[in-house]
Amino acid sequence: MSISARSDTPHEVMSATDVRRAIVRIAHEIIERNHGVEGLAIVGLQRGGTWIAEAITKQINEIESAVTVPVGALDVSLHRDDIGLRPVSLGAITNIPFDLTGATVVLVDDVLFTGRTVRAAMEGLNNFGRPRAVQLAVLVDRGHRELPIRPDFVGKNLPTQHDDDVSATSDGVRITAKNATSK
Amino acid sequence: MKHLRGIDELGADGLLQLLQLTDHMAEINQRPVPKVPALRGRTVASLFFEDSTRTRLSFETAAKRLSADTLTFNVSTSSVNKGESLRDTVATITDMGVDAFVVRHKSVGIPWQIEQWTKASIINAGDGAHQHPTQALVDCYTIREATHTTRFDGMQITIVGDIKHSRVARSNIQAFSMLGAKVTLVAPPTLLPPDVSHWPVEVNHHLDEVIPTSDVLYMLRLQSERMSQGHVPTLREYSEQYGLTQKRVAKLRDSAIVMHPGPMNRGVEMQIDPSDVKNSLIHRQVANGVSVRMAVLFDLLGSGANLGGQA
Amino acid sequence: MSKSVVIKGGTILNQNGELRADVRIENERIVEIGTNLDADIKLDASGCIVTSGFVDLHAHLREPGKEEAETIETGSRAGALGGYTALVAMPNTDPPQDSVAVIDFVREQGKRAGLVDVIPSGCITLGRQGETLAPMAELSQAGVNFFTDDGFGVQDASLMRRALEYARGLGVTLAQHCEVAELTKGAVMSECQCCTDLGLPGWPAIAEELMVFRDIELVRITGATMHFLHLSTARSVELVRAAKRDGLPITAEVTPHHLSLTQELLSSYDPVYKVNPPLRSSDDIRALKIGLLDGTIDAIATDHAPHPRRDKEMSLDMAPPGMLGLETALGVVLALGDLEIKDAVALLSWNPARIARVDSAHGRPISASEPANICVFDPEVSWSVDLQRLASKSINSPYVGRTLRGKVRHTIFKGTPTVIDGQAQK
Repeated sequence: MSISARSDTPHEVMSATDVRRAIVRIAHEIIERNHGVEGLAIVGLQRGGTWIAEAITKQINEIESAVTVPVGALDVSLHRDDIGLRPVSLGAITNIPFDLTGATVVLVDDVLFTGRTVRAAMEGLNNFGRPRAVQLAVLVDRGHRELPIRPDFVGKNLPTQHDDDVSATSDGVRITAKNATSK
Repeated sequence: MKHLRGIDELGADGLLQLLQLTDHMAEINQRPVPKVPALRGRTVASLFFEDSTRTRLSFETAAKRLSADTLTFNVSTSSVNKGESLRDTVATITDMGVDAFVVRHKSVGIPWQIEQWTKASIINAGDGAHQHPTQALVDCYTIREATHTTRFDGMQITIVGDIKHSRVARSNIQAFSMLGAKVTLVAPPTLLPPDVSHWPVEVNHHLDEVIPTSDVLYMLRLQSERMSQGHVPTLREYSEQYGLTQKRVAKLRDSAIVMHPGPMNRGVEMQIDPSDVKNSLIHRQVANGVSVRMAVLFDLLGSGANLGGQA
Repeated sequence: MSKSVVIKGGTILNQNGELRADVRIENERIVEIGTNLDADIKLDASGCIVTSGFVDLHAHLREPGKEEAETIETGSRAGALGGYTALVAMPNTDPPQDSVAVIDFVREQGKRAGLVDVIPSGCITLGRQGETLAPMAELSQAGVNFFTDDGFGVQDASLMRRALEYARGLGVTLAQHCEVAELTKGAVMSECQCCTDLGLPGWPAIAEELMVFRDIELVRITGATMHFLHLSTARSVELVRAAKRDGLPITAEVTPHHLSLTQELLSSYDPVYKVNPPLRSSDDIRALKIGLLDGTIDAIATDHAPHPRRDKEMSLDMAPPGMLGLETALGVVLALGDLEIKDAVALLSWNPARIARVDSAHGRPISASEPANICVFDPEVSWSVDLQRLASKSINSPYVGRTLRGKVRHTIFKGTPTVIDGQAQK
């Protein structure tokens, strides 16, 4: 797949259909890895991960209809360290209306990049109890990790340049290359 | 935003953003562990030249919930008037490494004056009869919470009492009008400033005329000294004319809210126990104090606190 | 044997006219007016006005008692740099100027500094307490003929009446700081909309006007001579205008700051703008200027009030009121643009010399055999205040950062230059 030589032109790397299929696959993988849905809780990271978390949870609950897996949203902005890459989004509040103690929490985000958001999220979870385990599901892993964080479930691995801009919605995943290069 | 000193300085946009940010803080305070590391490594110093255990504790709790370190300086007024100057106090504390001052003083203008002696952020916890912006934020947030609105357009808010000497009144008049409310002041002429024609308010000297149309009734405390200063003949007369009585509560709209910034002078402006007033939100004003102050501290000191940025 | 001095190339300004000529001075007197004159010391006055030295009716020299803020020497130096050759020293010293001992001390300190004539004023009441009269006869025999309780007004009407009657018997002038204290308790600034917004107690205009009215009427029934210090409101000007129309022996002064600064400056929370009486509105300023132009107000007096830096770093309500004024008076007055140079000189020199009764030595014409108390100033030059270069010990000037117009180049006191090219000579 070539990357456009002109910068500022978004390049689609996953279509809406690709995204939908990835979400279904991830839902199956979560159930498989955890040998069922017992004790499972899905938490989406504000803002980019919440729609995916809801989609995954809906899918899981359709596959295993006996038990309802709960879904919540976590605002990590107040748990971040110095690098304010995800400033507070007013209105995007944390909502975890269930007890996490002893649960297997699957954190869900759209794009995994440096890993700092996920680190902040794990710390944020501490405010709500002590999970038995924490797993990570992401739609896109774009590399450039700065911390020892790895995803358990990945929609797509996407090599990127550090300065590229990656956006993920239900309509698809797009990269906007900042540097004009070809791969 | 570098300082929070006056509602006029804050502006309508700043006000709305802080109120929204308070929702985030209120959620944190609901958590089993209500603490986030957002202000870790920052130091907040309380410089209270006037006694106020409640406001000071509210700020300190807010700082601690954000993992900031706190320093408390309970400076008695006398030590600053003689010998050590205000400047020396502020400069010394700044040298200890302070990121924000929370200042309360009986003199107007202190939060602006000390700016020249420190690089720290300055939060006004009350300067004389001038401004008390965090109280106004608490009050706006409480009304928002109760009425589920973002703005107060069309709302009739009545502020009753010693407006002349009240910083809560001055801050609230600005904040409520910025959010679109219609503000009416009720007080005897002696408890109003000589000329309020340039304020966005109406004035009425008769509380009973205004009660039936008020959506919010905001009672101010009357200090007993006002009697000896000739502002009111007796406290009893004041209470009869301007106090919240059982009869007056009965004449309020069902949806009306009763508020008071505390502390209350029972038997003077409040003849009735607030817990007996079903529309009283005084307990919510107290409860919201910490969340509001967390929002203020985070906005001033938090990294990446660019309000309104995208995810 | 002191050196002779010549002032060259300036324009002499007298009450009866102007003249381009040199002025030669010997032994404390002007000896010759002419062209191409010579002397030991030559002062270049090109582009300058040469006129009698200024007389300040109202300066706080702070000594004895508050030498941290100013001394008679530093205050005199500030005066000389401002073009002054005589200063009336206000009596709110510690101890106050209500005894011959203190009067003599102040006068001696002035002589020792040798920069201006320091004219001590006396208190009207003992200790300025407003309860009993000060020994005015004794003080008048010691040479005092100007009495005031400045800083306070005499609150008790019957006491003020007695004071005026007594003063009339002695032929001395009483000067009043008009302020009804009960109306100004805790006041920090003028009672106005800005004051309302700040939540500060205000100083209503009537607190000054009531006392102006009272004292005018007391003058009417006692026939004593009265001088009103630092008028600040439009109504005060009207009252004095009517009193003068009635032929009453009343004079009045206004300060440069009350002509140039408004009450809204207090919204900066900076105590440098806090003063008694307070800064007022632009309408008041307009009325004061009209009062200057139609002769209702006779003099511009500085009310030079130094305070140590620490005092003005206090909160607005705790800081003491008062601003510096000696070194900036001319610059502020000419920058207003409302006064002709001749009017400005009348207000700064000729009239106050008469009111202070020093017009045998000050405010005199520049002509041969007159005492050499002279001010040479450039009326056009723009300049601004440099706090480091003020001669005053204090720095509480409200004019930092503002452009002033007109600056003193040389000052000559009793024939000796105290200021040459803007530098104090001692």
